[in-house]
Amino acid sequence: MTTAADLPLTDERRRAVRSQALSVGIATGMYGVSFGALSVASGLSIPQTQALSALLFSGGSQFAVVGVIAAGGSAASAIATSTLLGIRNGLYGLQVARFVTARGPRRLVAAHLTIDESTAVGIAQDEPPAQRLGFWITGIAVFIGWNLMTLVGAIVGNALGKPQTWGLDAAAAAAFCALLWPRLRSGDGRATAVLAAFIAIITLPLVPAGIPVILAALAAVVVGWVGPGKHEDPSTDGLPGSDPLP
Amino acid sequence: MTMWVTVLAACVLAYLTKLAGFIVPASWLEGPRISRITRLLPAALLAGLIVTQTLGGTEGRLVFDARLAAVAAATVLLLLRANFLIVVFGAAAVAALLRYAGWS
Repeated sequence: MTTAADLPLTDERRRAVRSQALSVGIATGMYGVSFGALSVASGLSIPQTQALSALLFSGGSQFAVVGVIAAGGSAASAIATSTLLGIRNGLYGLQVARFVTARGPRRLVAAHLTIDESTAVGIAQDEPPAQRLGFWITGIAVFIGWNLMTLVGAIVGNALGKPQTWGLDAAAAAAFCALLWPRLRSGDGRATAVLAAFIAIITLPLVPAGIPVILAALAAVVVGWVGPGKHEDPSTDGLPGSDPLP
Repeated sequence: MTMWVTVLAACVLAYLTKLAGFIVPASWLEGPRISRITRLLPAALLAGLIVTQTLGGTEGRLVFDARLAAVAAATVLLLLRANFLIVVFGAAAVAALLRYAGWS
C-alpha cells in the first residue's frame, strides 16, 4: 500500500527542503574557521587538524580534543572527553536510522554524517522522502564547508604565531560557552551545568589536567538520576540542532 | 606521534559511537533515567570544559587572567544573541586587547 507519505516529492517541496538544508549547512560550515585556527594554536599540525574535521566530524568533540590538549591534559582524557561529548550523535543515529533507508556503504556514510544539524533538518520534515533529502544535503554541505573552512583557519592560525597574543587561548572557552548556551534553557540543564562547574573548580587543583572534565560529567548522572523538577518540560532540552556546531 | 594516536583514536571512537546508533536496538536506551543522563551529559562536559579552559594554570593552579574577561565578554555577546563566530573571535579580541594593555 502506498500512502501519501511515501509519494515522490513535488519539485516545489524538493526546492524548499534543499534551500533549508543548504542554508543550515553553509552557515555551520563557516564556523570551521574557528576550529582550524584554534587547533593549530593548541599545537596540532595542519594535517592533524584536517584529520579531525574529516574523520571525527563533530564540532564539540573536536574543540574538546584540542582544548584538553592545549590545557596540558593527557591523551586519554582528551579522547575520553571527546567520546563522551559524541554520545549524543549515537542517540541521533537511532532516529536517523528510521528514515534513512540506504543500505551497505551508503549507510556507513550516513552514520558519519549524523550530527546535530543533519539530524535536526531531517527530523524537522514531515514525510520520509523529505527527511532523507534534508538529512543528506545538510550533512554533505556541512562536511564540505566545515572541512574547507578548517583548512583556511589552520593556515591563517599557523601564520599568526604565538596564540596568546591574539587571545586564541581564550577562544576555546568562548566556543564552549556558545555550545552550552542553548542547553541552559531548561532547569535541568542549568542545574547540571552549575554542579559540573563546581566539581571542576574543586577538583582542578587536586587531579591531573583533563580529569576534572571527566569528573564534571558526573553532574549529569546526579541530576539525571534525581529526575526532572515539577514544572520541567523535558522536551525542550538537548534537541538535535540546539548546538550551533556539527 | 602521540598526537596522531590521540587524533586517530578520537576519530575512530567518534565514528563507532555514530554507527552504534544505527545498529543498537532503540530499546537499550529507553529507560527514563538513562535518557535523562545522556541528554544532560553535554551540558555537564561543556561546563567542566569552560572552567578548566578559563581557570586552569600550570600544575593545576587556579589562574585568574585575561581568559576570564574573555569568557565574561562571550557571555555578554551570547545575551545579545550574537552569532557563534562573533562570540568566539570577540572573546579572543578582548583577551588580546587586555594583554596588549599589559594585563596577563
